[in-house]
Amino acid sequence: MTKLALSDEILMKIEKPARYIGNELNSVKKDKDKVSIRFAMCFPDVYEIGMSHLGIQILYDMFNKRDDVWCERVYSPWPDLHAILKEEQIPLFALESQEPLHNMDFLGITLQYEMCYTNVLQILDLSGIPLLARERNEEDPIVMGGGPCTYNPEPIAEFFDLFYLGEGEVSYDALFELYKRMKTSGNTKAEFLREAAKIPGIYVPSLYKVTYNEDGTLASFEPIAKDVPRVVQKQLVMDMTEAVYPEKPVVPFIKATQDRVVLEIQRGCIRGCRFCQAGMVYRPTREKKVERLKALAKQMLKATGHEEISLSSLSSSDYSQLKELVTFLIEECKGNGVNISLPSLRIDAFSLDVMSKVQDIKKSSLTFAPEAGSQRLRDVINKGLTEELILNGSKLAFEGGWNKVKFYFMLGLPTETEEDMRAIAELANETAALYYDTVPKENRNGRCQITISTSFFVPKPFTPFQWERMYPPEEYLRRARIVNETVREQLNKKSIKYNWHEADVTVLEGILARGDRRVGQAILKAYEKGSIFDAWSDFFDYERWLLAFHECGIDPDFYTMRERSLDETLPWDFIDTGVTKEFLKRELKNALAAQETPNCRMRCMGCGVKKFGGGICYEDKN
Amino acid sequence: MKIRIKFRKYGVMKFIGHLDIMRYLQKAMRRAEIDICYSGGYSPHQIMSFAAPLGVGVTSDGEYMDIEVNSSLSTKEAINALNATMVEGMEIVDYVKLPDSAKTAMSIVAAADYELFFKDGYEPPVSVEEFALGLHRFFMEPTEVLLVKQTKKGEKTIDLKQLVYIFSVESKEGRPSFFLRLSTGSTDNLKPELVVGALFDAMGYSYDSNAIQIHRKELYAASADGYIALGELGEKLFEGESEA
Repeated sequence: MTKLALSDEILMKIEKPARYIGNELNSVKKDKDKVSIRFAMCFPDVYEIGMSHLGIQILYDMFNKRDDVWCERVYSPWPDLHAILKEEQIPLFALESQEPLHNMDFLGITLQYEMCYTNVLQILDLSGIPLLARERNEEDPIVMGGGPCTYNPEPIAEFFDLFYLGEGEVSYDALFELYKRMKTSGNTKAEFLREAAKIPGIYVPSLYKVTYNEDGTLASFEPIAKDVPRVVQKQLVMDMTEAVYPEKPVVPFIKATQDRVVLEIQRGCIRGCRFCQAGMVYRPTREKKVERLKALAKQMLKATGHEEISLSSLSSSDYSQLKELVTFLIEECKGNGVNISLPSLRIDAFSLDVMSKVQDIKKSSLTFAPEAGSQRLRDVINKGLTEELILNGSKLAFEGGWNKVKFYFMLGLPTETEEDMRAIAELANETAALYYDTVPKENRNGRCQITISTSFFVPKPFTPFQWERMYPPEEYLRRARIVNETVREQLNKKSIKYNWHEADVTVLEGILARGDRRVGQAILKAYEKGSIFDAWSDFFDYERWLLAFHECGIDPDFYTMRERSLDETLPWDFIDTGVTKEFLKRELKNALAAQETPNCRMRCMGCGVKKFGGGICYEDKN
Repeated sequence: MKIRIKFRKYGVMKFIGHLDIMRYLQKAMRRAEIDICYSGGYSPHQIMSFAAPLGVGVTSDGEYMDIEVNSSLSTKEAINALNATMVEGMEIVDYVKLPDSAKTAMSIVAAADYELFFKDGYEPPVSVEEFALGLHRFFMEPTEVLLVKQTKKGEKTIDLKQLVYIFSVESKEGRPSFFLRLSTGSTDNLKPELVVGALFDAMGYSYDSNAIQIHRKELYAASADGYIALGELGEKLFEGESEA
């Protein structure tokens, strides 16, 4: 049995020791002397969150299928253990071998949300790896980043040796082969990074020089040498059906956020909502064939023993074989005590029928994400959901016995007016009224429960709104107040509950999402001042962040309050996601004219990703 | 059909708490394709219950759970199927059929055997002999050994002489270890660290829970002539005798 990195004494006094002992079913142990590359895969948040992430499970499986690579996992130590590791100077370790991360060749960190950036520094710090890439030596592991936040890696560029842009299934083999070759022939890390930069999808920040204009905007972003590519292209899998998928995912002992089999049915989204980064950067839409999904579902349930299976995609209802797949799953799971969870389904007769079969109507709720309250604003963001669709879907559901509805909206969207804010409460009220009109008194199971949740809109790179401004926290809260007051004016106010998101964290997310390289100093400063787990409201301290920006001489408003001009050089312009800037500009123009754009299945709008030779738009032309 | 399963929990698995062990074993039942019975409703659960939860940090050679199955493999096949899907630190050691009228292990558990010993890196305060002498004075000689126990409702005075059935000091690689058989179950449940801690107190030493490993060895039900291991209340199923 592997000797644990932590003593019994420590494990008995911290919360949930199971986070740190490894040994989970389907985790992989190898003989370290028989592999050429040791890779630590990190999700920089607590174990239960990190273990729920599909991307890591895919890469963990894929890497460990190679005999010459041993991929292990590491998650952020919770603050209780963080303090002990610091105090007793115990280096952070990988779960499988329980050995220090410093012994690894690579430390790969997935960047799923901006608020984990200080946790990245925590991981490096606790591992004894210098926080700044330029201060590392030949003995330090190569620190690499991947995941959605790498679509603007600049704020964290100085902490990483390299980034992998796009879907991991594609270029890792080339990277590993290069590393092995150069390690054997005694090359330096700098030489390796220089060569790695030529692999498609690899971005080595130290090989690019940034200059700024007097007004603070980017003047230039140039490779330092001719053999370093000027543009880095995102990588993507074209054959989803044949793509590697973890048939035996790791099964945690403690309850993870996703304690279930996750079946990825497709990647990409045909919808083209203008606020949605995932909808733009994961283009084109690629489906996995239903036969493969059926086989995977069986294998994964057998290999894990999970009591639930969930479909994963940006919009499950758009999967062309959904009916066949769901019918199969219901049949397969019946009698085995396995539940089926169907997130991101549009509410219609089919989905309600399926839901009534797989969940308890009395306990479950309908979910709508109109994102904006008025039709005008929904047209601005290209959310093709109409009031008619919402009310028709609700009516069907009320007739079917449901009485709980959840609505998700965003406040602070471009062009938003008070009328749009009030429309949120009015839509909730109309839905409640519809319940009382539809369901006769004697059939009601108490009041209907309408829950409205609003988050605040954060413009993201590679969306048509990437040039848009944000607002100060007070302004966001003012908008939430308007919604709240309007809710209280409604006839059915007793049936409506309103929750809103915190405003400070939204502003910080905005700075980090569209920041440039200079923002990195403030992240470092905030970490030094004690910021970690910023995604957790218990730990997030906005004032500390403001102080960090101030001490670094950085004006946060430059990144948030400013509407960027369309010809400004943006920090992420060197990345090619396939979606062209011209398309994004066209979409912005359409947005401001409240002009809808048809989805990819209806008509190709020429976003640019057709050049990858796949996806719905491409297949239809063949 | 009622089945009783005996398992071991050791190594790093001692850090996995009871509820998580339950979830782990429920998943293991599915992986091993044990034909376990489910309750009805929208979130069906397996018919499964445990004799006595084990605390975090404690290892065991004698854990029991009862399940109900629609049909069963033989004892040997079921043990193999389950062990094929165990992690290191969990091992199924027995699988027996109970009479239909059998009560659950949870409701009949009456006693448990424990061994407590010093972990590597921790030195016992005195020798085996001195602990033996201390035990004699603390436990063997008196006619009653009163101890104040903290309960959910407050304090309760108990007499160890009534609830500690065996208490001895042994030598484990030359170092003292303690063997106990204690009253266990819903009414008079006694924790071994409480008893050994009282011995330490009586001898003037402080009991350091970090220094001592607690290991459960067996669980018993009361029988006419003493105690019977919970697993012995069932019968092994042999190949060719698989039942439906």
